[in-house]
Amino acid sequence: MSDASVHRPRAFRSATEETPALRIALIAIAVAGLAILVFAPLAVVFAEALKNGWLAAVESLGNRDARSAIRLTLLITAIAVPLNAVFGIAAAWLITKFDFRGKAFLITLIDLPFSVSPVVAGLCIVLLFGANSLVGGFLVAHGWPIVFAIPGIVLATVFVTFPFVARELIPVMIEQGRTEEEAALTLGASGWRTFRTVTLPNIRWALLYGTLLCTARAMGEFGAVAVVSGKIRGQTATMPITIEMLYNEYLSVAAFSMAALLTALALVTLLLKTLLELRHADQLAAIRRH
Amino acid sequence: MPGLGLSGGITLAMLSVVVLLPIGALLLQGVNFGLSNVLAVVARERVQAALLLSFKLSLLAAIFNLVFGVVLAWVLVRYRFPGKRLLDAAVDLPFALPTAVAGIALTALYAPNGAFGGLAQSLGLKIAYTQAGIFIALVFVGLPFVTRTVQPVVEEIDREIEEASATLGASRLHTLRHVILPMLTPAALTGFALALARAVGEYGSVIFIAGNIPLRTEIAPLLIVIQLEEFNYDAAAAIGIAMLVISFAMLLAINLIQIVSRRKMGHV
Repeated sequence: MSDASVHRPRAFRSATEETPALRIALIAIAVAGLAILVFAPLAVVFAEALKNGWLAAVESLGNRDARSAIRLTLLITAIAVPLNAVFGIAAAWLITKFDFRGKAFLITLIDLPFSVSPVVAGLCIVLLFGANSLVGGFLVAHGWPIVFAIPGIVLATVFVTFPFVARELIPVMIEQGRTEEEAALTLGASGWRTFRTVTLPNIRWALLYGTLLCTARAMGEFGAVAVVSGKIRGQTATMPITIEMLYNEYLSVAAFSMAALLTALALVTLLLKTLLELRHADQLAAIRRH
Repeated sequence: MPGLGLSGGITLAMLSVVVLLPIGALLLQGVNFGLSNVLAVVARERVQAALLLSFKLSLLAAIFNLVFGVVLAWVLVRYRFPGKRLLDAAVDLPFALPTAVAGIALTALYAPNGAFGGLAQSLGLKIAYTQAGIFIALVFVGLPFVTRTVQPVVEEIDREIEEASATLGASRLHTLRHVILPMLTPAALTGFALALARAVGEYGSVIFIAGNIPLRTEIAPLLIVIQLEEFNYDAAAAIGIAMLVISFAMLLAINLIQIVSRRKMGHV
């Protein structure tokens, strides 16, 4: 104990903290990694869209095909997301309010679309509903084409987003148990009224959260839709499909302008999601615990 | 409790129409085509190369995300620094950003005339239109999984355990390596499995940057699309079935590893 350390005590460091050098190194890795992997691509989308100025970017979104793609994507999302929300609520109610055999298997089946490639999902839909299949042939003969038409795109979108809402609701509803609903029913409320006035307020933020994630994915789905849509310009070309077509035609500004529009929507989604996580941390905490 | 019929009906009806019947149609197509024919398609050189490429690069990308994701989760929970909230929100961007957008953005960035691609070229490296480009796209789409599964576990680590370890004379690195890391392993493996499953099936973000050269940078999902464009439904179904089987086998293997690691490492 004769050296200088007696006179110059080192700064206090808790035993449960890393050395400053290690800490700075880890933060640097995290920041640099995200800068390269996430922020750089994000910046490129807007830079490429605005390469020829604002006017060119906005103009490219105004033509007929672009407008029809935007309309189609909004339409598909407006159909697919509510379908998914209804399914998610029904599945979560079934799984959390009743006891039955095979529940784990049912949950596995609901999660199945997560481990299926979107392209394979599209392929499955083409094989079931395509014009040369049994079911598809019948539907086409009666004027109800599924594949290369809007219903097929909706089906593909619902497939890839299938578990989103159910997955967020199930953990929240498990934690809340059944006692509140049982009390309402004992007091004479109908099943619907119990759901509307007791269950729904308890799960609304989780429902909104799941719907938000579902919406983001639904608007941006590419692989599954690419297979079933037939890519008919002005008819079955969604925004992501249009991006691909424009890009392959070397119309870079137009492709990136549409991409920037979708990116802006994705950023809004992220912002809303972050706000929800801050404001309603208690309800959403259940999702993270499971 | 009311609503068994309604909720059960909706659940089973939608599950059947959207998921089970379509997957059934795929398997049926394979059965009608015949097992030997399915195997013959899968054994084609181009199909083998694509499957191998998809799974090899997905594995590499998932391993990268495993390491980076654990570091990121640790930094986001334990350290305070300016811009941390922004960083935390940015982790989810690959979930929110449409894959086609990610695909063209990464290509613009890593192509020889792009910002990073130009830099790489001056070092004599080529990223876009090679396997390295596919790797980067797969890292991008799998980025959030490990971080998001590990973060809640880091939040719940009891500091007393770390204090006990320090009191017993362990260095900080020793504590991290032998006390903290084992606690994070099961969650990290879950995230790894999710990232791997996502990468194997990924299409949109890869096809732009891959260059799609047969035998070299052609991924398995693209082969399905090519077969479909040629109205070759049997071959498309064969490759689709092969992908399904392989990804389920991998998920099964990872679940087994997880069960073993949970048993070895204790709870979580």
